Amino acid sequence: MFGPSACDHVRVKVRLHNPRRDLDIEGPITIINLLARLDLNREAVLVVRDGELVPGDESLSDDDAIEIRPVISGGAQ
Amino acid sequence: MKCVTCRGPAIIDIRRHNSNFCAEHFLEQCQRQVRKAIDEFSMFEKSDKILVAVSGGKDSLAIWDLLLDLGYNVDGLYIGLGIGTYSDTSLDYARAYAKTRSLHLIEVDVPSTFGFDIPNGSRAAKRVPCSACGLSKRHLFDEEAIKGGYDVLVTGHNLDDEAAVLFGNTLHWHTEYLGRQLPVLPARDGFPRKVKPLVRLAERETAAYCIVKGIDYLVDECPMAAGNKHLGYKNALNEIETASPGAKHSFYFGFLDRAAEFFATEASIDREGLGACASCGAPTTSETCAFCRLVERAGGQLPERTGVNAVSVDLGPTRSGAVQ
Repeated sequence: MFGPSACDHVRVKVRLHNPRRDLDIEGPITIINLLARLDLNREAVLVVRDGELVPGDESLSDDDAIEIRPVISGGAQ
Repeated sequence: MKCVTCRGPAIIDIRRHNSNFCAEHFLEQCQRQVRKAIDEFSMFEKSDKILVAVSGGKDSLAIWDLLLDLGYNVDGLYIGLGIGTYSDTSLDYARAYAKTRSLHLIEVDVPSTFGFDIPNGSRAAKRVPCSACGLSKRHLFDEEAIKGGYDVLVTGHNLDDEAAVLFGNTLHWHTEYLGRQLPVLPARDGFPRKVKPLVRLAERETAAYCIVKGIDYLVDECPMAAGNKHLGYKNALNEIETASPGAKHSFYFGFLDRAAEFFATEASIDREGLGACASCGAPTTSETCAFCRLVERAGGQLPERTGVNAVSVDLGPTRSGAVQ
């Protein structure tokens, strides 16, 4: 068995908010592992692709473009 | 991940319920939790005229949508706070939602009505922006609800909001606020009935609800809120929740079940001696209410004394707290 070579690595496009920025992350990678790699708490974000929620166990594949959307809000109470 | 109800592909996991849901059954779950909160705390009836405070964010648009789908009669209230493009954009989202369902949205613009905005007004009044914003919104929510003859004012406070406020009040032992941190504050002269039907839903769920329903909402955080204590408490609680799913629910609902009553007396004492604001007539413990003092210090125009929520004496323990 051989693992993927460097040129086989997929790149997942990731948009983050607050501040808004875009990253390319090496894949394939599951949502849960992606959030862990970015040190994001799963309670504080949702992952959205083409306007739909992406569950935590899904593996992101080549050319996936996702948005990691923060859900924490709160100023004046 | 499979849906706990139909075993189809799930789109979201809710760890505190140890459950995953597909889109259809997630929406049902949200409705079930809101209906349960309304019933458990006797919030309102189908015949009531309801006003929901709408910011253009996920929580207020989600609860407006949920209440409409549950068959309630609900209008919206938007308060423009003059926070630059953030306020402009938030109004766009509120209006867009109202338009899609042909709803009535009341709009109150603070800069054009009272002559100040939150960024400049809070600086002039030497208040932190979130404090000036919160007290302005509470004052105007009360006024518009009573002026419009609404039976109840709904706010979009969710489980995370309530747990974070409780955390802060407990951390500093603000016992005068603990007694009024309830999902329902009954109406008294000068104050409308206030309820929080989202207390059984976390904010991850209200955001997911909007995404699944296709409701566009303002994702970006208020620029004035960055770094505030409330967000810090939420982050801390999310760390605890990750290690112990259900911790936020247990913290808040355990407080309601077993502790809130012990602080009720202090909360009621705190409201003794309420009279009418000399300027606008709103209930206050001072000669002039906090909102009118803010307007004066911010160099704005004092509101006219409409008398819609004017009081003369002793209102009892109902006023929305300084923290909530």
